[in-house]
Parts: sequence; C-alpha cells; structure tokens
Amino acid sequence: MNKRTLEALVGLFVLLGVAAMAFLALKAANLGSLGGGASYTVQARFDNIGGLKPRAAVRAAGVTVGRVKSIVLDGQTFQGLVTMDIDSEYKFPKDTAAKILTAGLLGDQYVGLEPGGDDNNLAAGDAIAQTQSAVVLENLIGQFITGRADSAGTTGAAPAAPASGPAK
Amino acid sequence: MNLLVNLGAWTLVQLRGWGHAALFFLDMLRAVPASLRRFGLVVAQVYAIGNRSLVIIMASGLAVGFVLALQMYYALVIYGAAESLGLIVNLSLVRELGPVVSALLFAGRAGTSLTAEIGLMKAGEQIAAMELMAIDPKARVLAPRLIGGIVSMPLLAALFSAVGILGAWVVAVQLIGVDSGNFWAIMQSQVDVWRDVGNGLLKAAVFGVICTVVALYQGYEADATPEGVAHATTRTVVISSLWILGADFILTALMFSTP
Repeated sequence: MNKRTLEALVGLFVLLGVAAMAFLALKAANLGSLGGGASYTVQARFDNIGGLKPRAAVRAAGVTVGRVKSIVLDGQTFQGLVTMDIDSEYKFPKDTAAKILTAGLLGDQYVGLEPGGDDNNLAAGDAIAQTQSAVVLENLIGQFITGRADSAGTTGAAPAAPASGPAK
Repeated sequence: MNLLVNLGAWTLVQLRGWGHAALFFLDMLRAVPASLRRFGLVVAQVYAIGNRSLVIIMASGLAVGFVLALQMYYALVIYGAAESLGLIVNLSLVRELGPVVSALLFAGRAGTSLTAEIGLMKAGEQIAAMELMAIDPKARVLAPRLIGGIVSMPLLAALFSAVGILGAWVVAVQLIGVDSGNFWAIMQSQVDVWRDVGNGLLKAAVFGVICTVVALYQGYEADATPEGVAHATTRTVVISSLWILGADFILTALMFSTP
C-alpha cells in the first residue's frame, strides 16, 4: 500500500470517529438543544421546588419555551429561587403564573407557565409573583391521613381539615 | 520464618515489576516528541491499530445496540415507558458499554497484535540491531504505537456507541414501532454532552493508554522464544482486561457518583 492510500484510509477513520462524536453530541445528547437562540432570564420563588433540577424544561401550554438555569435557596425568604432562561421569541405577560408540575405520574418535574392578561410583558431579570410549589407526595399523604382521622374522630363536625391543605 | 521470607521476596518481586513498568512507561513518554517528528510512523500505526479494528468494533456495537433495545423493551413496556428505551440504551452505551466493551475488544484485537509484533521483533533481534545502530527503539517502535492506541481508542469507542444507538433505533423504531420522535427527544433531554458523552470518551482515552502500554510492555519484556511470545500475548489480554474493568469502576465512581 502506498503512502497516500494509507493516509487517506487513516483520514477516513478519523473522520468516521469524529462524525460519531458529533452524532453523540448533537443527535443523542443535549448539545443541539443548548444555547442556540438568544434568551432572557426570569426568576421565580417557590415554597418548595420538589425534585426540580437545573436544565429542567420550562413549558407553556406544554411547549418547551426555556430551561431552568439555576436553583438556589433565597436566604431572606427561605424559598427556592429558580432562575429560568426563556427563548427571546416568546414573550409572557407580567402576571404570568409559574407552577412546578410533573410530566406523567412519575416523570420529570418542569416549570409550567400560565400566561395572565397583563398588557406589559415580562422583561429580563423580572420575578414572577404568582407561584405554586411542587406537590410533595409525603405531604399529600400526610394531609390525606390527618383528614381521614379528623373526619373519623369528629363525626358530623365540619370537614375543615382536608380543604385547607394544598391552597398555598 | 520461611513464610515471612517468601512474603518479603514476593513483595520485592512485585515492587520491582511495578517500578520497571513505570520506568518503561516514562521512557516511552519521553520518546513521544521524537516520534511525532516522524509523523508517517504514527499514521501507519493508527492504520494498523485503529482502521483494522473498525469492523469488529462496529459489528459488536451494532449487535449490542440491537440486543439492548430488545431486552430493555420487554422490561420497559410493562411500565408503559417504552419511549425511554433510547435514553437507557444511550446512557448504558455512552457511559459504560461503549468504552468498556470496545476497550476489551481493542485489547483482544489490537493489543495482542502489538505484543506479538514487538515480541517477535525482539526474538528476531531486530530491537537489539536498532540499538546497535544507535536508533532508540522506544522512539522508533514503541512511541508511535502508543500514540496510535491513544488516538484510536476514543474514536473507536465513539463509533461503538454511535452504531449501537443507531442499532437500537432500528430495533425500537423500525421493528417494534416505538415513536421515533420520543425516542430521540427523551434521549436529548436527559443525556448531557459533558457529563455523559465527554466522560465516556475520557474513559475510552484512559483505556487506550492502559491497553497499549500493557501490550507494548508485555511484548518488550517477553522471553525471546516462541513460547515466551505466546505467553506474553495471553498475559496482554488478561492483564489489560482486568485493568480496564478495575479502572472502569474507579472512573465510574469518580465521574458518576453524583446524579
């Protein structure tokens, strides 16, 4: 085999390997969905973020419009401060509400945005005022059990306890 | 008393072996710049080590992808999570199976041929002849093979994983009928480029160093007889495989212990 064919074959091998790496990074991992267009950041404080993780999706009407950038504890209010990157092509009214939701019964948690009716849009750095925390299964079960116990103990009394639970 | 003497002697022999191998590795590293100046030698080794391992690596990757997809499907479909098939196949291939299985195959395919080649060069006194002509055999023979192994291994592991994922796609989407969009979308939302793909390739590079150094050392230290070369070739496969599995555990613990 002469030198040129050898070098061409090695070049082909390296090209194949690099193409495989590009495939793994772009098609089979998240590089393709990273960055891309411009985005703006919006913050929201939640009483409980549940299992939300950085890079979780931010969805409006089920459509992914951004990603969670970071989650830290706000030292003053002791709430979870969630910073989100939202694609610049999507604008939301100022009174948009943010909820932490779960995809399916046991799926990932994501932030769901529910647009309000304000004329002004959220700008970069704004904080979302209306938030609803993640549903923590243990709390829910706890409320269910105490609700059952209350209603069993005080037969005929007003069923006050179960309703007061998830109102936060 | 006798036991004590034996233990001490055994420890010293082991330590001497380790020191010898470490010095050999350092000598070879020192010869790398010199061999890079003769780049044609490196290219020829990438061909011998990398190109000629392509068929076995890609065929195995495809088979592993097929089988993983089939087996995972049976388990996942019980929980109604068949769409996560792509994710599971991807993570198992990119993080573990890609680097480890391709390194084991690499030890069997390329490592043995390196050991046999060097061992026979030694048996035929070619290495001694080079030293007589004041040519450093480490720079002329060993270092280009080391570079070839380190360059080839991550490329082969990436190909193994990529072909495996495509194989899983064929089984899951074309044969079983999992939704293609979900197959890719769940994968893309959960697999991180640096944590998963990057660390997998880093593992492959480490395995490349292990395989090549073990193979070259065994060849270089082989007894210059047909039996000696045969034993050295066997030892190459056994030692590299054990090292790969051990190193894989340590690397996995370091890389993926935090979710």
